[in-house]
Amino acid sequence: MERSSWASDDVDIEHASPARVYDYYLGGSHNFAVDRQMARQAMELWPELPLIMQANRAFLRRSVRYLVSQGIAQFLDIGSGIPTEGNVHEVAQAVAPEARVVYVDVDPVAAAHSRTILAANQHADVVQADLRDVTAIFDHPQARRLLDPTQPIGVLMVAMLHFVPDEADPANIVGQYRKMMPPGSYLAVSHATHEGRPDQAGSHTDLYRRAGAPLTMRSRLEVEALLDGFDLVDPGVVFLPLWRPDSPADVDDHPERFTGFAAVGRCG
Amino acid sequence: MNHADCEVFAQRWTEAIVGTSYVAMGRRMLARHLLELTQQLVEGFMAAEFDPSVGRDVGVAMVEKHFTGTDTLKETLALIAEWLPGLPTPAPPRGDVASRVAQLVGSLAAGYASALRERSLDEQDAIYRAGLRARRQAEQALAASEAKFRAMFTEAKMGIGIGDLEGNITDANPALQEMFGYTREEFTRLNVSSMVHPDDAASVWEVYGELVRGERDHFRMEKRFNRRDGGEIWTDLTVSLVRDEGGAPAYQVALLEDVSERRRLQAKLHHQAYHDPLTALANRQMVTERLDQVFAGPASQRRVGLCFLDLDGFKVVNDSLGHDVGDQLLKTVASRLTRCCGPGQLVARMGGDEFLIIVEDTGGEADMAVLADKILSALAAPVRVGGHALTVRTSIGLVERPVADTNPADLIQAADITMYQAKAGGKGRYAMFDQHRNDSEVADFTLSATMVAAVARGEFYVVYQPLVDLGQGTLRAVEALVRWRHPTLGVLGPERFIRLAEESGSIVQLGHWVLARACEQAKAWRDAFGDAAPLVSVNLAPRQLHEPSLVADVIQVLADNELDPSSLQLELTEQSLLGDDAGPLTMLTKLHGMGVRIALDDFGDGYWNLPDLRRLPLRELKLAGSFAAGLQSPCNRVDQRIVRALVDLAHALDLTVTAEGVETLAQCERFQAAGCDTGQGAWFGLPGAAEQIDALLRAAELRDAELRAADQLCNREAL
Repeated sequence: MERSSWASDDVDIEHASPARVYDYYLGGSHNFAVDRQMARQAMELWPELPLIMQANRAFLRRSVRYLVSQGIAQFLDIGSGIPTEGNVHEVAQAVAPEARVVYVDVDPVAAAHSRTILAANQHADVVQADLRDVTAIFDHPQARRLLDPTQPIGVLMVAMLHFVPDEADPANIVGQYRKMMPPGSYLAVSHATHEGRPDQAGSHTDLYRRAGAPLTMRSRLEVEALLDGFDLVDPGVVFLPLWRPDSPADVDDHPERFTGFAAVGRCG
Repeated sequence: MNHADCEVFAQRWTEAIVGTSYVAMGRRMLARHLLELTQQLVEGFMAAEFDPSVGRDVGVAMVEKHFTGTDTLKETLALIAEWLPGLPTPAPPRGDVASRVAQLVGSLAAGYASALRERSLDEQDAIYRAGLRARRQAEQALAASEAKFRAMFTEAKMGIGIGDLEGNITDANPALQEMFGYTREEFTRLNVSSMVHPDDAASVWEVYGELVRGERDHFRMEKRFNRRDGGEIWTDLTVSLVRDEGGAPAYQVALLEDVSERRRLQAKLHHQAYHDPLTALANRQMVTERLDQVFAGPASQRRVGLCFLDLDGFKVVNDSLGHDVGDQLLKTVASRLTRCCGPGQLVARMGGDEFLIIVEDTGGEADMAVLADKILSALAAPVRVGGHALTVRTSIGLVERPVADTNPADLIQAADITMYQAKAGGKGRYAMFDQHRNDSEVADFTLSATMVAAVARGEFYVVYQPLVDLGQGTLRAVEALVRWRHPTLGVLGPERFIRLAEESGSIVQLGHWVLARACEQAKAWRDAFGDAAPLVSVNLAPRQLHEPSLVADVIQVLADNELDPSSLQLELTEQSLLGDDAGPLTMLTKLHGMGVRIALDDFGDGYWNLPDLRRLPLRELKLAGSFAAGLQSPCNRVDQRIVRALVDLAHALDLTVTAEGVETLAQCERFQAAGCDTGQGAWFGLPGAAEQIDALLRAAELRDAELRAADQLCNREAL
């Protein structure tokens, strides 16, 4: 009898994965040739991509530090990817050693690697799941072990929601998370946009579509709409470097070159 | 060396490499970190004992902080090479400054490259391991899933078969192998198309075709298959189409549950529900359904016949020889009947000793007659049961009609009625349904069934016919006669319903009702006319004479109306007194003793027995109307003599005689001449309402008064 198709092999290292491509942009080597090939193609089209990814990663760092400063001690990082330099538990636990982090990624390789890295960390773990399986994520044993449902939580969707097409109704998905988040919780979002560099956006989108990870760039208004129901923390929805920079010098003269929006919202 | 110089350098360094690598540091922290490295470099550069490995340390430290961009190295080396030589040196370093710078820069580059290579290899190693782990986990999950499937496939009690889209069977689980008797290898040489059963509905293979073409995803049905050993199994079959990732049909999976036992049980129950357990013939339920089928189809020119049989005297066999013998007899009859019948003829046992044969598509009544003859001769030979040779006789009712003209219920009823007609006609024969006879029987039945309610509704009434003294011409008595004013049939005479009332038994109530009305009327006349009131004569039906309460009822009615028993006459026929029962005679004797007059009605019609006239407690003899007919012709002297002889005999026995049916003056005179006491008939007056009798009585009163007046006048004149 042939192998049944209802238990398919879902580990695909023949195709580029957004998690590993992102790692490559950040200078990491947690990637395969296929990922690097895709990243290099993208960088030919758009040489600033590594800078944009750094800015995105820097926003992650700043937002986590901000949330810790607001008393958040537990994080749910959706679409966490390869836990490379400056990951959430390092940033958070550097300030608050008891901070707990649950990483979520649908990529089995990213999840497997995360599991290895986190093996010794009692306060962080990984769940392999799809963003859309909201209840499955919250009900997962690791999430139940690490997240206290009575305490505010910091949910991170950094460079995540642009992989959710409009047909999948991302606002509805975000709304499902909001319902699971206790009052005082925060959502940090960064999202690719064509605003700022409309000339580049089309070809970049094509590239990701061909790679099997279609990208949906969204406008500022659309990103604001995704955060419906949250109170936006100052400065609202802004280009990546403009969200609470460490120093004025960190802000480039042309922040729109960093074609991503950043925002943090709070659950009332 | 100046700290401020180092800070300036660190600041420039920061500006040069910011953005060239991702490091998890803000700009201020980055500058602080680079300042440390700068001081390390400067110290090494200035050291009395120069060791270029300080450059290596800095290169390694940079990679550790994830300064992994190649531009970072380029900018760093350029800055160091440009800046270090210009540093003010408090004591001239030993050796050549240019050589120290070159060694330091080279060492930093080598350290950086070596560390980056290590880091890259480590990371590559880590990600490959992660990839392998992820794949192994997926494979384990798949293996677990396959193991689960294989266990389910192997252990399932349900048969599972897998085939490709051409119908080639690729796998069969042990349950399926056992179900069909094929080994797995034999199965894999089979094609689904070879599993056709001759009785498969065409739809089976239509839906199968739709499935393998991808037009439907599954179907479920009960289907028969032949086992390898030729046996037959019924299965509950579900076939599902499995598609590939692209949605194209890939293969088919069949789930089969053996439901043969259930089907057998169902068939058995079905057979039991439709067959008689004793004779194995069809039962009444089957008859009903078969007739429904016959009548469900298009009637067009079709005809159908029924043959209803009832064994004559079967009860005697059962009662005298026992039920076992009776059962054997029924079984033999059943098998003989079956042999008489062919296709299109259903033999059924309706219960007891009743059988029914449905004959479809008959050509006319003659067909049924042929069948009945065949049955009668088939049953003619004695049946041997347990040493007895039993002669079976049967009465057969036949009905045959166009399907369009009838319905199952009417057909069975007609056959049933006709069978009773055959029985009434002498048994051991058949009768063909007769519509006219049936209509009148139906009408009789309807009348009979509604009679009691009609009495209660007041549809019956009583009329009175005078009995006149032949010598005096005076009213001696009246006969009370019952009429039914039927709402649809009009006024009905007793000939129409008395027989029915006797058969149904309602004559008892009706007779009592007439007696009560007649006595009420008698009282009315008694009150109005005193001794001139007529004797009231009421008919008693044979059945009434068997009612034990008759005497008490008569006494009660007389008492209710304060009548003397001698003012009531009860008429009965000789037929009432046939039989061995002494009851009627005893009651008559009692009534007679009380003073109630007993009249023998219709004497001379049919059977007569002269000794009865002496034996019975009679007061009056009523000569039947046939004598009146005989006296119509003046030349018939024989009749006249017979009447005279009867009258003389009656008188000798102290009975009065009434001639019935007197219609003419001639008849009247001849009866008078023969010595009859009273006459009754059209000549004296037809039955009529009580008021008609009132008129006669008043006329008589008047006449009496005139006679008295004339007598007085004569007497006065005589004086």
